[in-house]
Amino acid sequence: MHEALLEIADDCLVLGHRLSEWCGHAPMLEEDLALPNMALDLIGVARGLYARAGEIEGKGRGEDDLAYFRGEREFRNCLLVERPNGDFAATMLRQLYFGAFMEPFWRAAAASTDDVVRGIAGKAAKEVAYHIRHAGEWVIRLGDGTEESAARMAHAVEAHHRYSGELFESSRAARAAEAAGVLPRRSEMRAEWDRVIGMVFVEAGLTVPEGVFMQTGGRAGLHGEDLGHMLAEMQSVARAHPGAVW
Amino acid sequence: MIDLTRAAEVAGHVPDPEIPAVTIADLGILRGVVAEGDVAVVKLSPTYSGCPAVLAIELAVEAALRDAGIPARIERVMEPAWTTDWITEEGRDKLWAFGIAPPVAGGKATLFAAPEVNCPRCGSEATERVSEFGSTPCKAHYRCKGCGEPFDYFKCI
Repeated sequence: MHEALLEIADDCLVLGHRLSEWCGHAPMLEEDLALPNMALDLIGVARGLYARAGEIEGKGRGEDDLAYFRGEREFRNCLLVERPNGDFAATMLRQLYFGAFMEPFWRAAAASTDDVVRGIAGKAAKEVAYHIRHAGEWVIRLGDGTEESAARMAHAVEAHHRYSGELFESSRAARAAEAAGVLPRRSEMRAEWDRVIGMVFVEAGLTVPEGVFMQTGGRAGLHGEDLGHMLAEMQSVARAHPGAVW
Repeated sequence: MIDLTRAAEVAGHVPDPEIPAVTIADLGILRGVVAEGDVAVVKLSPTYSGCPAVLAIELAVEAALRDAGIPARIERVMEPAWTTDWITEEGRDKLWAFGIAPPVAGGKATLFAAPEVNCPRCGSEATERVSEFGSTPCKAHYRCKGCGEPFDYFKCI
């Protein structure tokens, strides 16, 4: 059961860290505030899930052990969230793809049989609604913007769409959690995801690609090269000073 | 025997670290105080998952009760999730007076709809959203087209 929670915690931590990489580099001040704000939401959710996963696992691992002392192959995040930020269009598209999945997921998880998951889900569902709105507005603004911004957004879709299929796949751990009513079935988010993406793409003048081969592997620990680089930086302080406290 | 009424009063008077004009009771973060032997268990709900003020609030409440001679333990309550509907009328008035527009009823925006917010300085309805993300997780950044001043809006969740 704890592995199913780790998958979602890893999604949130990795994407949260990716967003935090924009801090000080965003194209405008408002975005420099917005992206770390969303990173905080995601990392807050990850912390709650790590704590619960460690508790269920029962080996005394806490949130820091799980975030900082697991290697790349032990991370269970989906491939979408580990994709490098790229340009602002790519970051916004990635955020929309993830958020459009998590919004119905958290709403359904608010009926989880696990008290802690239920509590986290109730809060996260409200926050992710803001994330989708923010990302959706940017996808529309850039997709329906200048020739340059439209080309970049179209490129972001082409580069990321192949990672969207994995969102709806349930690993063996996830299927067990779904059968126990702890987590909702990932495949059931499909209709709502299609609806939101379709709605945004129409306004943005973008086309939802068809017949794309979907890359998967993240839930089995098979990641792209970029995750290792990200973790090396993210974990460096904790690993240089194991056991250090503020 | 713990005086729970007094414990709740002491805890409720702790100001929010980010918006000291309002107390945690005003914000509806304080969910209750119960006795557990000689210890007062204070139930607090976080506003946002990643709000950095959560720990600061918990420590401040514990310290306030200790100063009042009441041994206390903090319990973080996630469910039901905190909502801006729990901000009291008094809390809304204090936010307004402090220059922060309180959450607008029905402002739990659907996708791509922004609520209409009045300017807390001049009261004008002619305002525009600059960014949904402001100086803290709970606030959005607005600008008044009437008086030209920027202001914070306490987002509705």
